[in-house]
Amino acid sequence: MEIKYILDIVYLIASITFVLGLKMLSHPDTARKGNLYAAFGMFLAIIGTIFLYNHSDGYTSRESIKILLIFAAIGVGTVAGWLTANRVQMTKMPELVSLFNGMGGACAAIIGLMEYEHNLGKIGALTTIIAGLIIGSVSFSGSIIAFLKLNETMKKPIRIPSYNILNTIVMIALILFGAYIVYAQPEHIFLLLLLFVFALIYGVLFVIPIGGADMPVVISLLNSFTGLAAAFGGFLYQNQVMLTGGILVGSAGTLLTLAMCKAMNRPLSNVIFGAFGGNGATASLGNDVNGSIKDISISDTAILMNYAKKVVIVPGYGLAVAQAQHVIHELELLLEERGVEVVYAIHPVAGRMPGHMNVLLAESNVSYDKLVEMEDINPQFANTDVVLVVGANDVVNPAAKTDPSSPIFGMPILDVENAKNIIVNKRSMNAGYAGIDNLLFYQPKTSMLFGDAKGVLSKLVNELKQM
Amino acid sequence: MLNEILIFLGENIQMIYIIILSVFVGVEVIGKVPAVLHTPLMSGANAIHGVVIVGAIIVMLNTPIENMFSLALGFVAVVFGTLNVVGGFAVTDRMLEMFKKKK
Repeated sequence: MEIKYILDIVYLIASITFVLGLKMLSHPDTARKGNLYAAFGMFLAIIGTIFLYNHSDGYTSRESIKILLIFAAIGVGTVAGWLTANRVQMTKMPELVSLFNGMGGACAAIIGLMEYEHNLGKIGALTTIIAGLIIGSVSFSGSIIAFLKLNETMKKPIRIPSYNILNTIVMIALILFGAYIVYAQPEHIFLLLLLFVFALIYGVLFVIPIGGADMPVVISLLNSFTGLAAAFGGFLYQNQVMLTGGILVGSAGTLLTLAMCKAMNRPLSNVIFGAFGGNGATASLGNDVNGSIKDISISDTAILMNYAKKVVIVPGYGLAVAQAQHVIHELELLLEERGVEVVYAIHPVAGRMPGHMNVLLAESNVSYDKLVEMEDINPQFANTDVVLVVGANDVVNPAAKTDPSSPIFGMPILDVENAKNIIVNKRSMNAGYAGIDNLLFYQPKTSMLFGDAKGVLSKLVNELKQM
Repeated sequence: MLNEILIFLGENIQMIYIIILSVFVGVEVIGKVPAVLHTPLMSGANAIHGVVIVGAIIVMLNTPIENMFSLALGFVAVVFGTLNVVGGFAVTDRMLEMFKKKK
């Protein structure tokens, strides 16, 4: 029997599950199933490779030691991956995706390092190896930096003087270096290791100047990089499942990256070369601020809400950090009981990633149809009595419309200023994630409700209960 | 040189077909994804590129058993690949589970 063909068919099935999985992942009703389909295909591809790849010579007892080693490695990875994935808080999701992405990049880079020696003399194979090595390494170190940034271990974007030029030079040098290795094919592995280190450094340089607010876009971009690196591996081994899987993610990931940029109304080049929130943009609070900050007490807020017809809640990442998703749901139910219409206004980039806020609110059982997307909610603000902004800042900053010098200028925002009353809950007057001041806070219709989101909202709920 | 490129393309023409078609499939398949699903979709795609683990397994299978260093390196690669695959799918499932619950 031709065992080789069985593996080919396994790969075919796996490729089909990847396509189907991605397709189903883009519809809310089928998404979960789609993910499981793809996972099943992946399982088949892995098991198939382990047992069917060395079809010709069969397995000697020494070979089986290797199989055991492979299973041990898979075991270690499975336990670690499973535990992290299931234990980490939902607010930390973007970091986690970034970390797992980095692992894939590292895997591709190691493959490149190990295959180099075996393919000396073959220009085509060496090109794919070097390309996979470079892209995998960049994706790895870049993802780790993105992880540290989201984790807030690394807080501020680090400014390197004229980094755009520096980065471009390093990138060109990296490509030339790679081309040189393919051309000269040094037998000693030293130069290859140097290339590896160089690529790692470039990954760091690539991500380090980019501000935290743009991190999701970067992760999505690195995600498609890793897809590309996997595809190069597939080309090398003439392995169809790696090729289809890698390219699918590469192209879908690129599209997704562009979709995210579109949601923020910023071209990709701007994200990569623009350095969001750097260069003194923090200091934009200045001449055009008129009016002053107005406080509001919890009981006044409660009264305002109790007698409102319609309340719109604008949740931001601050809500999630304070773990206040559940309290806000409680508030929503309480108000609904009193006949107040309550909906949530979800900005496309609320939270740390597009769609992140939806996940977080879903976690606390907020009904799906209560979440209204930006285009649908904006016309409704005019007949909204109270807008409650919790832990959101940049997505309600009118500077995006009025101030061409603002780094967020052009980003579509939630038009909360059209509502009759605006109550903003913030811990302090610190600027938002993009590091810029918000003129909304100074408007006469706006009142500030200072304090930790969870504490303030619980008090608000209690106050309402007594009314 | 031109000849070499021609040979390379000719020998790999099937792979190149797969690449071109997959690019279009990738774009088409997620064409109209609602913003709500961006995060889970990114995470799911992230898990799928974990297919690079297949390459790591092939490297290990091709490595002679005497070459301890390479085996160790391959071991690390397989661990990384598994983390990408298992972590990626598990996290995606966890996110999507929440979308389902309230229906």
